[in-house]
Amino acid sequence: MNKVPLAVIGAGPAGLSAAIEAAKAGVKVLVLDENSKPGGQLFKQIHKFFGSREHKAGTRGFDIGTLLLEETKRLGIDVRLNTEVCGIDKDKNIWVIRNGKESSKIEAEAIVLASGATENAISFEGWTLPGVMGAGASQTMINVHRVLPGKKVVMLGSGNVGVIVSYQLLQAGAEVMAIVEAAPTLGGYGVHTAKVCRAGVPFYTSHTISKVIGKNSVEAVEIVQLDSSWQPVPGTEKLVEADTVCLATGLTPLVELAWIAGCEFCYIPELGGHVPIHDAYMETTVDRIFIAGDISGVEEASTAMEEGQLAGINAAAALGYIDGEERNRLSEQVWNKLDSLRCGVFGEKRKLAKERIIAAAKELVV
Amino acid sequence: MKNCLKRTGCPSIGELQNSPAFPKREDYLKGPIAVIECIEEIPCNPCETSCPKGAISIGKPITNLPRIDFDKCSGCGICAAACPGLAIYVKDYSYSDEEALITFPYEYLPLPKVGDTVTAAGRRGQEICRGKIIKVTQSKASNRTAMISMAYPKQFFDEVVTMKRLKAAE
Amino acid sequence: MGRIIEHPILGNPEEKKKVKICVDGQELLVYEGEMIAAALIANGINIFRYTKHSHSPRGIYCGIGRCTDCVMVVDGIPNVRTCITPVKDGMVIERQQGVGKWGEKDE
Repeated sequence: MNKVPLAVIGAGPAGLSAAIEAAKAGVKVLVLDENSKPGGQLFKQIHKFFGSREHKAGTRGFDIGTLLLEETKRLGIDVRLNTEVCGIDKDKNIWVIRNGKESSKIEAEAIVLASGATENAISFEGWTLPGVMGAGASQTMINVHRVLPGKKVVMLGSGNVGVIVSYQLLQAGAEVMAIVEAAPTLGGYGVHTAKVCRAGVPFYTSHTISKVIGKNSVEAVEIVQLDSSWQPVPGTEKLVEADTVCLATGLTPLVELAWIAGCEFCYIPELGGHVPIHDAYMETTVDRIFIAGDISGVEEASTAMEEGQLAGINAAAALGYIDGEERNRLSEQVWNKLDSLRCGVFGEKRKLAKERIIAAAKELVV
Repeated sequence: MKNCLKRTGCPSIGELQNSPAFPKREDYLKGPIAVIECIEEIPCNPCETSCPKGAISIGKPITNLPRIDFDKCSGCGICAAACPGLAIYVKDYSYSDEEALITFPYEYLPLPKVGDTVTAAGRRGQEICRGKIIKVTQSKASNRTAMISMAYPKQFFDEVVTMKRLKAAE
Repeated sequence: MGRIIEHPILGNPEEKKKVKICVDGQELLVYEGEMIAAALIANGINIFRYTKHSHSPRGIYCGIGRCTDCVMVVDGIPNVRTCITPVKDGMVIERQQGVGKWGEKDE
């Protein structure tokens, strides 16, 4: 048995940021992560981040990951890897399984859930063939494992994930044969799509994959045009030579632990689906359980780090390590940074969605 | 072409001309100047903060489109290396009698060598003309982004924005 | 498929020790500590198992240990997620048929 004031579940950008803020306030923090390496999805992000100087704009994702880990080490934060959290009870007891074998219980006074999100899957004929994978899976292979999953890739989905991973596949030495997007307009930032255009990659808007052909693995991809009701137009099928298909069709928050812990939820499709309700301080409907990052709604690494800071500050405050005035001052600073990230045509939708979550929290307060 | 960027992936000249960081014809007569092809309101301002001459302004909120004061811009290219979206290049119309010079960010291997002849390309990666590599630099500040300077025939001044990627050596 | 040697952002790979693994009878030299799935894909192997009923070939899907599409029999134990399990010197890896055989190896 272990007793700890604050347990942070997930050592990605949100979790590490939360642990750092709480540790700075003097809280003893334990970070748990089921993976063998910390950093969540950060170390795959080899591109320069956007935002402003305070958001570490211009810094590559994996360098930000290194900075977070150095800070974590400097503050003496205990990070336990290969530790899977299987359950949380109403008293905030956490059941963990270490190294796939040893089970134990950790008693926490406060918890930050930062378990991230998972890639969505879309099915079509041939989708189970080796060579069809999530866009994130190909990104893991090329940027973390330095292995090319294939040489000719068709990317399904033109959001930032689809376009950025396409660019990174080119950098890794693969050819991107097509980026296929069901909507009539592309989802990702214009600067990302323009970069990929300059590399000669064709975009197919109002198209989808009708089937993937191959005996033992992907050999070709059939794409088809969609009409204004999203229905395939017969006769417009086109065969694209490929050995890999990457699906960049959205992410869904990994919220199982929040369900188990008894948090109330709301349904926010713009942020990926069912998300735990949280207030302006990232606290859920369960006392002293906080959330941060993609678990609270799919956004970006920069917002994950800001929300992590917010959760860490407020967990420390709930435990009595930061007084009310300081908590408000620090929280306001983070909110200003969050607001600046949620501006503009892309951010506006997320900003409104987050406001709905916080409004739902207010409605529940007796 | 309306909404060209969102429908095809790259902006039309018309869309670019609306941007306060896309030079007008007369701006190019000043010498090398930066060209920013960033026409969406995204929260991002390293171009503004990296410019040593204060020629780029975004202000607050940081989703504002960047604006270049072409009288202040010296064409140093620091912004082009700093831009996370690789959306900036420097063009010099007066490089020589016959040629213009473009300095653009490049993050692929293999890198070309100084003196190489390469294919100069347009916004869709299409072949425009031949280009000659004048300079290839990678500074610490550019954070692994290489900056390539390529001379190309003046008559293709507007169309060229990059070079065709080189095949890896077998 | 194959290894990425030069990379414009990641640079050249670090020097790593090589270990021997056996995949369906074929000996491979791979890097110590790399994930089984990565080692196999680097060597042109992307079929990891066949499903129980339709004997369909399967390979990696999510790449981060969530979907279990990449499971293989490792040192006699079936259903090992190869995308998050590192190789060890002398490891024996086999393509899994269906759900594999259980209870034939002592811990």
